[in-house]
Amino acid sequence: MTQTDSGKTRQKLDRSDTRLRQDEGMSGALRGFIDRVRSGELGLLPVAIGLLVISTVFSILNPVFLAPNNLVNLLFDASAIGFIALGVVCVLLLGEIDLSVGSMSGLASAMIGVLWVRSGLPMPVAVGGALAAGVAMGLVYALLRNRFGMPSFVATLAGLLALLGAQLYILGPTGSINLPFSSSLVRFGQVMVMPAWLSHLLALLPGAFLLFNGLRKMALRSAANLSHEAASLLILRLFTFTVGLQFAVHYLNLGRGIPWMFALFVLFVMIMHYALTRTKWGRSVYAVGGNPEAARRAGIKVERIRMSAFVLCSMFATAGGIFGAARLASASQQAGTADVNLNAIAAAVIGGTSLFGGRGTAWAALFGILVIQAISNGLTLLNLSSSLRYMITGGVLAIAVIIDSMARQSRANHGRG
Amino acid sequence: MTRQDGNEKDCILRLRGISKQFGAVSALSDIELDVHAGEVVALVGDNGAGKSTLVKVLAGVHQPSAGTIEWCGQKVVLESPSRALELGIATVYQDLALCENLDVVANLFLGQELSPFALDEIQMEVRAWTLLQELSARIPSVREPIAALSGGQRQTVAIARSLLLDPRIIMLDEPTAALGVAQTAEVLNLIERVRDRGHGVILISHNMEDVRAVADRIVVLRLGRNNGVFKADTSQSDLVAAITGATDNSVSRRQARMTASQEA
Ligand SMILES: Nc1ncnc2c1ncn2[C@@H]1O[C@H](COP(=O)(O)OP(=O)(O)OP(=O)(O)O)[C@@H](O)[C@H]1O
Ligand SMILES: [Mg+2]
Repeated sequence: MTQTDSGKTRQKLDRSDTRLRQDEGMSGALRGFIDRVRSGELGLLPVAIGLLVISTVFSILNPVFLAPNNLVNLLFDASAIGFIALGVVCVLLLGEIDLSVGSMSGLASAMIGVLWVRSGLPMPVAVGGALAAGVAMGLVYALLRNRFGMPSFVATLAGLLALLGAQLYILGPTGSINLPFSSSLVRFGQVMVMPAWLSHLLALLPGAFLLFNGLRKMALRSAANLSHEAASLLILRLFTFTVGLQFAVHYLNLGRGIPWMFALFVLFVMIMHYALTRTKWGRSVYAVGGNPEAARRAGIKVERIRMSAFVLCSMFATAGGIFGAARLASASQQAGTADVNLNAIAAAVIGGTSLFGGRGTAWAALFGILVIQAISNGLTLLNLSSSLRYMITGGVLAIAVIIDSMARQSRANHGRG
Repeated sequence: MTRQDGNEKDCILRLRGISKQFGAVSALSDIELDVHAGEVVALVGDNGAGKSTLVKVLAGVHQPSAGTIEWCGQKVVLESPSRALELGIATVYQDLALCENLDVVANLFLGQELSPFALDEIQMEVRAWTLLQELSARIPSVREPIAALSGGQRQTVAIARSLLLDPRIIMLDEPTAALGVAQTAEVLNLIERVRDRGHGVILISHNMEDVRAVADRIVVLRLGRNNGVFKADTSQSDLVAAITGATDNSVSRRQARMTASQEA
């Protein structure tokens, strides 16, 4: 320790226990990271490794996989289900589940088709109507859970069937409605990309924000006599991050460019990340997921937190359904069926959201869906049938759940719950 | 045995005829309890006597099946834990009620976070350290999840949390059961400090030494009923008799055996 000799007044508040290893500077940060991983706090490590393996394997099997335009397509595809996964993260954090997100998105796409194309209502009205249906469904689940103590697993399983029925009913015998290609919604889902200059500019923002926030935190923490991250570490992190981001943007701009739909998805991930980590609501979500009775005794309105999560989940599923319809330029009986449901839930879990509640981040939706979509895209490029695709995606999901369970055991062994 | 008279105006909490039924089990029947400002009331009784149940009724966790609760002369219904917290009733539960996945700071401020829309982590962390130092806590880092702490460290966190809001009454359900020597002394000091500030304290403990060291009155529960109110200088055997409900009990028999073998 270097601080003891400079007197007791200089001793940082949070560094006064002599048993605490003083992790400082670069090597300290690295050591801390290795410790966390060993004790089961894996964070985004499995996803990063997964993405690396997947892209290596697929690019060897078919070099087109890494072509800029293929990646742009991948991002278009990922956005719609990504929205759904973002909602799933919210309910998983509470230790609940929503199995009906796929049907909810299917109903939303059907509503867009029926209200907007068939009935001729203005598009924003149709979108509003679909979102309202999402809110209503979330409220129903919350009521069933809070008032009748119905496990969300069962309630949403019933919802899955009911919503699917509603989707088929409103689509009627024709079964499929095409959305006009020239409309802004379909263009948003299929072609609209950011201008290159704007994407490079926006890619600078996270770095700038990290710098600003990091410096501010450093100043505030040292003013409050708390330890803080070394400036060199902050700069290094921010530099690598920004360079990486600029490269990614540059590479995608060699193709069609960055889809606006994907940018919107990332924006929502960031909003949810803020809400979950920096607001009282988010703190309450983690508390209810970790120990609902303790949360209740701390004065948290557990029922309201559950309600907010179910409503958010259904709304994100609705948004995903609308963007999915835009992507396909159609609202059909197939929308939201098959693998949409499980892909969204799998994405959240693969991204590191625990099925046991209380653990995970909004970023899980983004990285999880990239893994899922990369697999699906790569297998399609190899001309594999959907039967094989399902089996492989299922295997990856199983691996993700195994990692989650093992990390949980490891955390218990290392006293991290 | 003293009567629960006390001064009318500084009586902050008054329970009359409180009963609590769990299905067929009567955990509490017809309980009376007064707590005055600046007073430490010890609540003692055997395992399953209903102490924790009474605390939970006062914390708003359980609803009483019958009876009334008066707070500063006003009849109140403690319909939820948040209502009790609002009134200034803070509780350290026997099972601690902490969220193991959250860190120490988050647990301390759970439900009371500073600036709800942009959590002030730095302020909260500083406050956490000051609170913990007051209790001479031995906690290496407040950014570790609760699951990484020892039983006594967790108990300290739970006690620190109850002090956060500067409550009018603080209820401690076996707060020192897992604490070390220094930390127990610190908690007893703290109880005295809280009392001297004019707040009320309800202390549950199986340690008669601690109870007699800090309590102004000792309320005995037995099988869910009031079984007498005692002064702090009451002899151990009288207390044990009230707790177990007989003068000839396992504690007195054991004591007799010990003295007999010492004399032999
Ligand atoms: N939630 C509950 N449901 C059913 N019965 C309960 C419940 N909580 C407590 N009881 C019963 O009420 C009685 C009193 O329990 P309580 O926890 O209040 O005892 P206690 O005095 O705190 O005991 P200890 O000293 O062991 O902590 C017990 O017989 C217990 O079985
Ligand atoms: Mg008890």
